[in-house]
Amino acid sequence: MSANLTLAILAGTLVACGVYLLLERSLTRILLGVMLASNGVNLLFLVASGGSGGPPIIGDAPEDQMADALPEAMVLTAIVITLATAAFVLTMAYRSFQLHGNDEVADDLEDARIRELAALDEASESYEETVFTDAGEDAVVSE
Amino acid sequence: MINLLTLPVLLPLLGAALALALPKKPRLQRSVSILSLTAVLVVAAILMFRTDADGAIAFWVGGWNPLGIALVADRLSSLMLLVASVVALSVLLFAQGQDEDEVRRETPVSIFHPAFLLLIAGVANAFLAGDLFNLFVGFEILLFASYVLLTLGGTADRIRAGTTYIVVSLLSSALFLTAIAAIYGATGTVNLAMLSVRLSDLTGPVQLLLQLMLLVVFGIKAAVFPMSAWLPDSYPTAPAPVTAVFAGLLTKVGVYAIIRTQTLLFPESDLSGLLLVASLLTMLIGILGAVAQVEIKRMLSFTLVSHLGYMVMGIGLANHAGMAATIYYTAHHITIQAVLFLVAGLIERHGGTTHLDGLGGLMKTAPFLAVLFLVPAFNLGGIPPLSGFIGKLGLLVAGAQVGTPLAWVVMVGGVATSLLTLMAMVKVWNRAFWGVTPQERAEAKAGSGNAPAEGAPSEGADALHARAVAASSMGVVVEDEADLADEIERRKNPMPPLMAAATTGLVLFSLALTVVAGPLMSYADRAASHLEDDSYVSAVLPEGDR
Repeated sequence: MSANLTLAILAGTLVACGVYLLLERSLTRILLGVMLASNGVNLLFLVASGGSGGPPIIGDAPEDQMADALPEAMVLTAIVITLATAAFVLTMAYRSFQLHGNDEVADDLEDARIRELAALDEASESYEETVFTDAGEDAVVSE
Repeated sequence: MINLLTLPVLLPLLGAALALALPKKPRLQRSVSILSLTAVLVVAAILMFRTDADGAIAFWVGGWNPLGIALVADRLSSLMLLVASVVALSVLLFAQGQDEDEVRRETPVSIFHPAFLLLIAGVANAFLAGDLFNLFVGFEILLFASYVLLTLGGTADRIRAGTTYIVVSLLSSALFLTAIAAIYGATGTVNLAMLSVRLSDLTGPVQLLLQLMLLVVFGIKAAVFPMSAWLPDSYPTAPAPVTAVFAGLLTKVGVYAIIRTQTLLFPESDLSGLLLVASLLTMLIGILGAVAQVEIKRMLSFTLVSHLGYMVMGIGLANHAGMAATIYYTAHHITIQAVLFLVAGLIERHGGTTHLDGLGGLMKTAPFLAVLFLVPAFNLGGIPPLSGFIGKLGLLVAGAQVGTPLAWVVMVGGVATSLLTLMAMVKVWNRAFWGVTPQERAEAKAGSGNAPAEGAPSEGADALHARAVAASSMGVVVEDEADLADEIERRKNPMPPLMAAATTGLVLFSLALTVVAGPLMSYADRAASHLEDDSYVSAVLPEGDR
């Protein structure tokens, strides 16, 4: 099988641009990146399916000149899935815009809080040191 | 009879369609989903029985043999399907209890049921998929349902968490498609059974590239370090039943896919060093993250990541005992992680928050809840004789059989992780179940500073004040009327019977995994030997048509 170089380069370019856009903070740009990348992958399927050929219908083209229909079916499925995903991500971007006035992907706040606590080397507020006595009562000693 | 294989996918799909058509009839919707999940459970049990007796069964959908879509069930996939449907059914019942009871519904009923059923259809499709593209479609079905479930209600928190989750999932899907395209280009098929024959004809570097691509994709799904950072960020904000089913099922689908591809497609290629190092890092980094958390759901998300390392360890050991222990451990972990998230939901319901700073004294106010937490928590920590201990012991035995220095290091890491898990669980126990309740703290603070209230005899007034402030900032203080109505309802009925019953049922199921550990372990053993011989391939491609 000889691979189609033009298609391969085109697919690579699309995926590269997609990855670049994925690194952005804005959800709309991320979506554009995802769509570019998935179209790049769709082209990759065309590379994988070998050369182009006649329609794969018996009688329409000689059997050895037919195109491979299986990757095309897969690409169709992938396109449909990408469409649905794009619609969903757009809704999320809009909802985020409604809530915050922007569609930026935010950091994990709780994570940042824990990191700050660790940097301050402080225990959290309700930390308690429990000391058990022989009398059976436990005394709670706060810092 | 062989059409049985399509039912676990078809039933929830049809149920979802029916539930979607009945948005105004919650009771009918509920019966539809319970019925279809019960049917899936029955089918899964039959499949498990049949595959154990007769070996793997395959079904070519539409009869397009050998070009079309194959569904295959062997011992591994039918066990996974059975455990998954038990967990899904319990979680659904739990969600019912929550729905019926809450004034301000956290989960809009009309969309919850269809999305939940679609999720199960996707999980079932992924477990039964006989080709890579169908596996991809299964992943997409379950991911799409999970996007909807994760962002239910569209609150600020969930949108933020959902964004991370969706972007990561999209990236892994694109990578999966790339891998499929590359594999198709190299071999001309995506059928797993055919691939297992044809991949070995490829040169070593090409095989290695394809194997690594698939490993990265499934590693993202299974949250294996270093692809695990998205999980603790996105899971904790969702409603408790949603988090429970995600934690139980979604990551395990990734683990299942790793087991399937490693054993079936690349049995000779040796990446066990890489997998062992990844499992060690997953275990340790996950559990160190868990120990640092002060919020129960986040802590559980980190333990989830950490314990996935055990399963990867078994796959990395790549011997028979390791694979059998991994299968047992996966079944155990699906149950235990889901039940712990359900208990976290009950804690939230009872105490108003899952933040450790706002909890305390639950042992006195809800002793039954304490039992429900303690049993799975010990199980997760690997206390004998519970199933967590048996699974971990199996993994350690398998590690000792391998006996390389790396295997020993990973075993030490596994034992350390087990201890640290116990430490994290004890932290929750100490601060949420023992000590004084937040009300007592507040009262003690309200009373004159030098006359301590009962229940907190020796606390300094300053400390109590600090804690009351902490508690009120964690959402114990009600904010608007809907919250107030919820709060009143919550006080009246702190543990709705259906929620408690569903959780108890799942705790009992996890105990049953311990009771039947002998037969289950030998089943896992047979499932592992299924993975090693060519019964899967010969079930899909009976003739010399390879």
